[in-house]
Amino acid sequence: MSRTGTNQPLLQVENLRVEIPGRRGTLVAVDDISFAIGEGEVLGVVGESGAGKSLTGAAVIGLLEPPCRIAGGQILFDSRRIDNLPYEKLRRIRGRHIGMVFQDPLTSLNPLYTVGRQLTETILTHSDLSEKGARKRALELLQEVGIPAAERRIDQYPHEFSGGMRQRVVIALALCASPRLIIADEPTTALDVSIQAQIITLLKRLCRDHGAAVMLVTHDMGVIAETADRVAVMYAGRIVEIGPVADVVLRARHPYTEGLMGSIPLVGHDVDRLTQIDGAMPRLNAIPAGCAFNPRCPKAFERCRQARPELETVEATEAACWLYEEAPERSGTDG
Amino acid sequence: MIAFVVRRLLQSIGVMLAVGLIAFSLFNYVGDPINNMVGQDTTLEQRQELRERLGLDDPFFVQYGRFLVNAVQGDFGISYRHRRPVADLITERVPATLELSFIAAVLALFIGVPMGVYTGLHRRGALSQVFLSVSLVGVSLPTFLIGILLILVFGVMSQDINAAVGFYLVPQLPTFGRGDTVQLGWWSTGFLTKSGLLALILPSITLALFQMTLIMRLVRSEMLEVLRTDYIKFARARGLTNRAVNFGHALKNTLVPVITITGLQLGSIIAFSLITEQVFQWPGMGLLFIQAINEVDIPVMASYLMMIGFFFVFINLVVDLLYYVVDPRLRADKAVSGGHQ
Repeated sequence: MSRTGTNQPLLQVENLRVEIPGRRGTLVAVDDISFAIGEGEVLGVVGESGAGKSLTGAAVIGLLEPPCRIAGGQILFDSRRIDNLPYEKLRRIRGRHIGMVFQDPLTSLNPLYTVGRQLTETILTHSDLSEKGARKRALELLQEVGIPAAERRIDQYPHEFSGGMRQRVVIALALCASPRLIIADEPTTALDVSIQAQIITLLKRLCRDHGAAVMLVTHDMGVIAETADRVAVMYAGRIVEIGPVADVVLRARHPYTEGLMGSIPLVGHDVDRLTQIDGAMPRLNAIPAGCAFNPRCPKAFERCRQARPELETVEATEAACWLYEEAPERSGTDG
Repeated sequence: MIAFVVRRLLQSIGVMLAVGLIAFSLFNYVGDPINNMVGQDTTLEQRQELRERLGLDDPFFVQYGRFLVNAVQGDFGISYRHRRPVADLITERVPATLELSFIAAVLALFIGVPMGVYTGLHRRGALSQVFLSVSLVGVSLPTFLIGILLILVFGVMSQDINAAVGFYLVPQLPTFGRGDTVQLGWWSTGFLTKSGLLALILPSITLALFQMTLIMRLVRSEMLEVLRTDYIKFARARGLTNRAVNFGHALKNTLVPVITITGLQLGSIIAFSLITEQVFQWPGMGLLFIQAINEVDIPVMASYLMMIGFFFVFINLVVDLLYYVVDPRLRADKAVSGGHQ
């Protein structure tokens, strides 16, 4: 896979569909979504729990837990299809080309091995370095992610590290074969608020230094606003809006995004009440006909209950909403 | 670490004293050994004289104290029945039991663990289903029945079966005793002769089957548990090979419970080999113990129980030390940062 490339994006997901077969029929957890991530770009993926964010990430790296499976669409990495690769070929891509950071640093590290061993093991899997060279590289990585006294810490076990330090180790592990895409699945959710900003800054800096693109899965809009170049908003297994972060945050098109943004308190803005989206996201086995958001949508009209909207370009962003079907210029609200 | 070992050793001594006390006091009330030693026509005076000579009219704790003091020096008294030092009887019998137990334990571990790993990794595979069904038999059939069935097939019926099918299908295997043994110092081993090795086959399978299936099921459920954890997912996400993930990361994390159970099972193998020994007339300690019970041979019974107690205590000590080798979290000193896993 060469870095010299065409204008093709690094990652292209086309019409991806993830299903969970069960006894009472098949649930569609990710329904026909498409997006792309360019070289070095940070794409934020937001949405409520169960919207399909994490499953999308797992599908990209080929780690869907059975019985979940990719039921349709394709995933292209560097213009090469990766969703249908045999296990062994996909394994060579994992870690080497696509890295992953998980939510909980306390459980992401094997408690029985020193962090140094886990690092060198990963480095040796993906490179021709000698044992000694790998250890040297591991040490450099630990220093790079800001672990103090790395020479001493490298021979310590995960339980001897604090949560924030462990997440730094996890990031070092994800980066150790210099992948070009990192999938970060809620990397700060399990951390103290005071640590979260540090970890996000670190992740962002490292990915910029290494030229890695990031798919940042989170439900924290603050993190997205600070970090992402573009953002995709997911609802009930579909992308309802995707676009440059400034446009989505400040000029949300989809009523769901609008509600999401309205529910965030902003420092310096005097707001009497935060808006609240009534109701809850539908369960996967009870997704309403038409637009999945229509029962909760304040602007819903007849059409929303009948047909499902597709993503349409609305100025700088794309939104899946009937409000924008005919008139791309933000027309008034009907109904 | 050293403090821990010393503490455990002291506890072990306490346990041994308690085992000795219970063993000795129990056996003191199971019958009058004098009656078993003498004939009908022995006079009361002669009985009394024998009682005094054996020290059986002393207070209980004097007898127990004497037993302990002698035991520490390797003197377990004289067997009432065999009229020989118990220490000699046991040294004669120990190699047979330990060799049998050792082979059974090796079988149980080296077949049980790989089978457990396999069934854990290929949860829905056809072979896994076969292993699980067979293991149900191993867990539920009593040891003596398995032994008797094996004797039936490989001892009694093998020639008939071979004659019926027309070729050598079922080998004829020894079902009685140890075969020829070779004396290495005080240790008599059956490992060095062909008949000795053949004689080991059926009893060791009988003894191992239950433990093997138990270990297999344990390893399987532990593997299923560990394979679900985040660090296994993360190991896969880093592109480590299947081998490294399954054996390096997953299997090692199942070891703590496996070591615990295996240790306890090893103790049970030695202790409960007496059933297998009885079925196959294996000349080990178990057989000696059964005979001793029939004849109210108190020194033999007490020494046997002390010995089994010693094996259990010793194995548990080794198990505790192995925890330290396997799991670094237990090695941690007090300055631990962060929570536990």
